[in-house]
Amino acid sequence: MEPFRTLTALAAPLDRANVDTDQIIPKQFLKRIERTGYGDFLFFDWRRNAAGDPDPAFVLNDPRYKGAQILIAGKNFACGSSREHAAWALNDFGFRAVIAPTFADIFFSNAGKNGIVLARLTEEQVAQLLHNAKTLPNYQLTVSLEDQTVTDSFGFNATFEVDPFRKFCLIEGLDDIGLTLRHEATLDTFEAKHDQAGWLKAKAS
Amino acid sequence: MSTESKTLFEKVWQQHVVVEPQGEPTLLYIDLQLLHEVTSPQAFEGLRVAGRKVRRSDRCIATVDHNVPTTIAGRLHIIDQIAATQIATLRQNCAEFGVEFYDVNSHEQGIVHVIGPELGITKPGMTIVCGDSHTSTHGALGALAFGIGTSEVEHVLATQTLPQSKPKTFRIAVEGELPRGVTAKDIILAIIGQIGTDGATGCVVEYAGSAIRALSMEGRMTVCNMSIEAGARAGMIAPDAITFAYLKGRRFSPAGDAWDQAVTEWSKLPTDPGAKFDRELIIDAATLVPYVSWGTSPGMVAPITSSVPDPAAAPNEQERKGLERALEYMGLTAGTPLEDVSIDRVFIGSCTNGRLEDLRAAARIASGYKVSTHVSAMVVPGSQAVKAQAESEGLDRVFREAGFDWREPGCSMCLGMNPDILAPGERCASTSNRNFEGRQGRGGRTHLVSPEMAAAAAIAGHFVDIRNWEVKA
Repeated sequence: MEPFRTLTALAAPLDRANVDTDQIIPKQFLKRIERTGYGDFLFFDWRRNAAGDPDPAFVLNDPRYKGAQILIAGKNFACGSSREHAAWALNDFGFRAVIAPTFADIFFSNAGKNGIVLARLTEEQVAQLLHNAKTLPNYQLTVSLEDQTVTDSFGFNATFEVDPFRKFCLIEGLDDIGLTLRHEATLDTFEAKHDQAGWLKAKAS
Repeated sequence: MSTESKTLFEKVWQQHVVVEPQGEPTLLYIDLQLLHEVTSPQAFEGLRVAGRKVRRSDRCIATVDHNVPTTIAGRLHIIDQIAATQIATLRQNCAEFGVEFYDVNSHEQGIVHVIGPELGITKPGMTIVCGDSHTSTHGALGALAFGIGTSEVEHVLATQTLPQSKPKTFRIAVEGELPRGVTAKDIILAIIGQIGTDGATGCVVEYAGSAIRALSMEGRMTVCNMSIEAGARAGMIAPDAITFAYLKGRRFSPAGDAWDQAVTEWSKLPTDPGAKFDRELIIDAATLVPYVSWGTSPGMVAPITSSVPDPAAAPNEQERKGLERALEYMGLTAGTPLEDVSIDRVFIGSCTNGRLEDLRAAARIASGYKVSTHVSAMVVPGSQAVKAQAESEGLDRVFREAGFDWREPGCSMCLGMNPDILAPGERCASTSNRNFEGRQGRGGRTHLVSPEMAAAAAIAGHFVDIRNWEVKA
């Protein structure tokens, strides 16, 4: 996982609430067995019309937002299906941070595993950023995970909450399994005792 | 009240805490991981790359459901090569890592959330995960069950644990008697409509109250299944006599003395009197009616007796734009009575409503009638076992005589990852769980309803109020 400290980049406005993971990466692209190569399929049904041609009305097809690494979206972003492909597709496309009022729980976890920083700001702050990104040319934001701030060069300055452990893992780019295995001895002891509870076994023998 | 009072969720959580490292999430032991073809290949590949093993293959079960075609011919030769590769990859991974696998033609195959309970693998008090958001289904038996991403699937395969921050608790009590024609599906659609698709984000919901206790196991599974559509981490229902009766004698349920001991342990799980929840909501069952979703989010539901809502009445601009976009996608005009909305397709099945009781309920409505000439309707049993039992009861005959297509088990048209999809613009009455844009096929229009409402819509050719249906059977 790539470490994340501070990112200053172009921000793209996706002014919709309840964007679900079926939109972020439609199901026809979930049949692959790889972890990479999903960027072309990000928001596929919104980016392309039925004939497969780019829809110029969709924000990510607007040349102004080419190369954007920060996505601004409405509340309850990435709700629905647990597919981690949504995080992979955002990452592959180049997004390293998403700013929204709220995120769905499973995606929140998936994003963290893929080095994507999620910044929860208030509805008003997000509305301001959406407005700025739509109206100001080449609108850049700085997301600092170290300072837990989102800032621009016009005086916007907001702080966001992040769990200290999640922050540590994102900054260091740490592998979760390795972290868990620090507790292997404790786990062995727990498991030996837990296995005595026959009523919690998948298959009672 | 005593400070010792605990909720069902807290009891299950506490029994699975491996370690609570200072300043880090709790490390939670996972009793069971369910695996399927779509969200597991990258997890097994991760293990291989890191040279890791599956820690407890006896706590894993795998099957194929998302991609499998639902016709016999389609299953013999899967034309979609990418889907076929994904299925073959799971078969190979299970063989390599020693995980029990219920393959396409096995008698145990079915939607992962249908087979867990029916085989007696899912049990009260367990922690259960699966790379699928509808894992919440298993909470109906008093398990803590939740969907995870593929990195977490790999983490559980390697360690049989997950680092988890403790969710909040939310008690939703449905009190009173359900009116005739109102089902478990209507309960959960009503709840989502009321609290919204992010109404339970960060929470484990415990469904309680007399209307919930009166539900069968199948009905409870329908309610817990759609917890995720309200944003919840999981849904749970306290185990009781109905739960135990459902589990007794199932293939992987304990037997003899072990059964008695299990029931003793499971009986300790229900929430103690006086236990505190972070949030509570009480719903009067008598106020519930049959619902139909009209938009592109499961929160966009309305009573069958009402009309397509008017975006002009939205409280703010973002919501108004959202409603307008939904109506445009759905091809609906504000003010149209829902009973006047005509349909092209009907899908009865899925992990929400693909169990035996659902098929019985739909067959009862369809019996003696014919599917409307402009409707194509299909029934997809949730598992091989459901299919076999339904056939032994003659339900397949009832459906076939009425003009429904009777299929092989799988996720089918719930998510359109297999050949069962809507054509652009087609309108479907569906017993599944999501009406997102393109969910059942690009441009397809999904309306979520109960099995009874879906069967009646198939026959009438448009939505009807099931409370006025004349049952011929």
